[in-house]
Amino acid sequence: MSASATDLLELSGAGAIEAASAGSVTAPELFDLYRERAVEHGGPDGLNCFTWVAPEAPEGVPVDGPLSGVPLAAKDLFCTRDVPSQAGSRILEGYRPPYTATAVSRLIDAGAPLLAKTNQDEFAMGSSTENSAFGPALNPWDRTRVPGGSSGGSAAAVAGGLAPWALGTDTGGSIRQPAALCGIVGLKPTYGAVSRYGMIAFASSLDQAGPLTRDVTDAATMLAHMVGQDPCDATSLAFPEQIAMPRAEKLDGVRLGVPAELLHPSAELDAAALQPGVRDAFDATLALAERLGAEVEEVHLRHAEHALAAYYLIAPSEASSNLARFDGVRYGMRAPDVDDLLDMYTRTRHDGFGAEVKRRIMLGTYALSAGYYEAYYGRAQRVRTKIAEDFRQAFAGVDFIVTPTSAGVAFALGEKTADPWAMYLNDYFTVPMSLAGIPALSLPCGLSGDGDGPGGAGLPVGFQIAGPAFSENRLLDAAFALEQAIGFDGSSARV
Amino acid sequence: MIERDEVLHVARLARLGLDEDEVEPLAAELSSVLDHIAKIGELDLEGVTPTTHVVDVTGALRADEPRPCLPREVALSQAPAAKDGGFLVPSPQA
Amino acid sequence: MSDGAASNGAGATAGPGAGLEPVIGLEIHVQLATATKMFCGCEVSFGDPPNTHTCAVCLGLPGALPVANARAIHYGLMIGLAMGSKLAPRSVFHRKNYFYPDLPKGYQISQYDEPLCLGGRLADVRIHRVHLEDDAAKLIHVGSSGRIHGSDASVVDFNRGGTPLAEIVTEPDLRSPEQASEWLKLLRTTLRQLGVSDVNMEEGSLRCDANISLRPAGSEQLGVKTELKNMNSFRFIERGIRAEIARQAKIMADGGQVVQETLHFDPESGAISSMRSKEEAHDYRYFPEPDLLPVAIDEAMITAAAADMTELPAQRAQRLERELGLSADSARLLAFRGELGDYLEAALASDADPPPEARQLANWITVELVARLPDGEDPAASRVSPPALATLVGLVGAKRVSAGAARQVLDRLVEQGGDPHEIVEAEGLAAIAADGELAEIVAAALAANADAAERMREGNEKAIGPIVGHVMRETKGRADGGEVARLVREQLGI
Ligand SMILES: [Mg+2]
Ligand SMILES: [Zn+2]
Repeated sequence: MSASATDLLELSGAGAIEAASAGSVTAPELFDLYRERAVEHGGPDGLNCFTWVAPEAPEGVPVDGPLSGVPLAAKDLFCTRDVPSQAGSRILEGYRPPYTATAVSRLIDAGAPLLAKTNQDEFAMGSSTENSAFGPALNPWDRTRVPGGSSGGSAAAVAGGLAPWALGTDTGGSIRQPAALCGIVGLKPTYGAVSRYGMIAFASSLDQAGPLTRDVTDAATMLAHMVGQDPCDATSLAFPEQIAMPRAEKLDGVRLGVPAELLHPSAELDAAALQPGVRDAFDATLALAERLGAEVEEVHLRHAEHALAAYYLIAPSEASSNLARFDGVRYGMRAPDVDDLLDMYTRTRHDGFGAEVKRRIMLGTYALSAGYYEAYYGRAQRVRTKIAEDFRQAFAGVDFIVTPTSAGVAFALGEKTADPWAMYLNDYFTVPMSLAGIPALSLPCGLSGDGDGPGGAGLPVGFQIAGPAFSENRLLDAAFALEQAIGFDGSSARV
Repeated sequence: MIERDEVLHVARLARLGLDEDEVEPLAAELSSVLDHIAKIGELDLEGVTPTTHVVDVTGALRADEPRPCLPREVALSQAPAAKDGGFLVPSPQA
Repeated sequence: MSDGAASNGAGATAGPGAGLEPVIGLEIHVQLATATKMFCGCEVSFGDPPNTHTCAVCLGLPGALPVANARAIHYGLMIGLAMGSKLAPRSVFHRKNYFYPDLPKGYQISQYDEPLCLGGRLADVRIHRVHLEDDAAKLIHVGSSGRIHGSDASVVDFNRGGTPLAEIVTEPDLRSPEQASEWLKLLRTTLRQLGVSDVNMEEGSLRCDANISLRPAGSEQLGVKTELKNMNSFRFIERGIRAEIARQAKIMADGGQVVQETLHFDPESGAISSMRSKEEAHDYRYFPEPDLLPVAIDEAMITAAAADMTELPAQRAQRLERELGLSADSARLLAFRGELGDYLEAALASDADPPPEARQLANWITVELVARLPDGEDPAASRVSPPALATLVGLVGAKRVSAGAARQVLDRLVEQGGDPHEIVEAEGLAAIAADGELAEIVAAALAANADAAERMREGNEKAIGPIVGHVMRETKGRADGGEVARLVREQLGI
């Protein structure tokens, strides 16, 4: 490709906005450039990160909006009017909704044309994007490895340079973990900050839409055009302040809390199998933060070790109910030649859902069923209360809590599909924040040797920063300061 | 340990058809996941109020004002089977 | 209030008999008269072409979310206030999970352990709870279809789906089919008065299930109950309950055991059939609806609901009793059949000459007038204007027209309307003055019934019958009975 094209593709979203407004590139040029690459490298022969690519630049997108000209990739589970929205599932194959999700339409109204829909784990249930009816997406750093999940297609597309930025959703880590494994920035906003209307639901009390971007500034730029109360989502809230562009260069006086189990040997952590290379990158980033003026303190999240258990009761329970609407009556697939109503239900759902979705529907149905509710769902919700309290107490003493985003780097395709719990452990560090509904961002903080990528190159490691509800501005500022100091270069992942 | 008939009962509640060779593995997987989850049974949660929603504000209501509906052809456009302007299904009585 | 009702209906028996007492509780679903559905902006409609009032929310499309209708909650609070229920501090919705083609989301959004209204009573029946939920869609059976392999087919119409419902559950305080349907009528009048529902059973805006059990009269504990589903008219409710009572009574008489089950009543055949399908017992897996935050029921909402309340039948009955000195029964009848109460108050408001006495007027309305009108017709729609009836009753009170003559006048009024004064004039129905003419007629009557007169002198009061009868014949009922009796005694010197 031409040098200028390369330059253009290295532009961040914010950079592209500048270039467009400066006239050095037009919106159509940028869209066509990305469209060609999306078609060429985003399909099954490439990263398989896209489930649909726009046949041409969409009509009716404002040309003088704050995001004008910067193409947008959105996770498949966002409903997009007349565009396939399949949540990575067979049961919704070819489904074209009559309306567009609020988060997407806000970005489009700000001028971002929809470029593509991205591959994902079916109904966002997974941490590798291997649970997709459309085949796994590949990690651009090493195509024998997973990009993480469930927003793996979005992460791979952004890291691979096939989209300037992308929308994902995070229920227990589905934005942060793939961002970490693909060496990009991923932000899960405060629960309620972004409307869920039009997001095909996994777990309603946990789902939250957020940006996957090449840098922190882009995350802030996207978020600024996503937040706000939506009359169509009764759980959405007005964001208390304007989302500002991050500027901080230092971390003077910023108190970073590190969970005790990360500072001392712990059985839980052994179970989560924190890789040495990940720990090294995490420790190095802590040291860097201190050099920027931050104070590192030990915090105790006493119930965090139970977060995974609570999460894997609450999320499947809600999912078992949310996925009941896929019954073969009003949309999506219906099994052929059904004998009767029961046969229609059972065979449609048997044929339409993948193994992991079935597993979670079973787990959730079981946890809610007569005689088990209190022991499982009821207890899980009480644990959730304790975890939220733990965070409130911790934030009385520190500004942010930091952890590795994921215990390990991108793992090989198929490596963890055999053992569900091994796969669930990917969410070990990200699930507590989801249960507490607080914002958390994953920042690429270096490469780990453990991954042994092609030619011995390392694989990206994510540094997770979590703050109290609605602390996004401070969170983005801190992440920005670290980002500048780290100087992570993801360009080698570009396709 | 989840028994085979428990798996079948839950699958029935969820209207999830299972092939014969899916039942045993599912029973084993669910059992092992529940073993990991069982840990929260040890916690003392006496008097702890359950959290349904993390956001602690009270919900917004909608004014009782009509909004445009979908044209019928749009509503039916994605239906696997339609007839007489409705969604066609096997009769529950059948 | 329910005479004769015991004789109609398929499979009807007068009652359980054999010293058995029926124990009946009702579960009523009322469609609320909101402009839009419970959780979406689609207009509530009836009789429109199928699936012309749907949206992403009420079709249960992926990604759609519910937002509760403020007026539905307002109406729910009004119902609670009307029943004197305890209002919940917050409105919390739960998901009730089950699969059915008329249930687009695979769950109904209902209320579980925190209903909007708890307890209360309506007349002599205690209310258990009132909660809000969304209605199911409509299934229309279309017979066999090529498109559905093998089985019969139905089509789903989602117009009704999502309509706001108030589910009203009573305590098992009812003891007879008649009482049940009478109480249901009171509930209907009450909800209408409140304006929260058009409670039209034909359009299905009021649907009723009944929990029925039998127990030895006087026993305190409850027998095994069955649930009789979806009776969609007052007649069916009465007949259905009666048929189920008969069925249970027979089982017991035959020494059998009533099994707890859900039943369906077929009004045509009067047959009762079990609705238990091959399916396993329901396990609804209720859990708090994560898409809806609890809504705090604050003072402002309760004040607003109270402000929209009108006088309710029960209150009206008390007022009529208190202010007009009506008997309790008469007051209830006038209040519970609101149109009769309206007629009474209109008649009293008219400055009729001579003015009627309220108790007498109430009687003439509930006994004489109602008996002359087609069943259940609103007297305001008849030819008898309230002032006309007020005047007629006034004339009776002033003894200017005898009761018998007044009945003839009322017949005329019902036929052609008009002014009582003129009818009395034209038909010569004015009471005969006690002095002169009437005295002569009485004297003639005594002469004509000498033996009766004799027996009276001997102290046989009953003997006055034929004498008075004679006078009434002579006067075509224009004489005042009391006056005649007085004159008879006077002339017999007793
Ligand atoms: Mg109900
Ligand atoms: Zn609707």
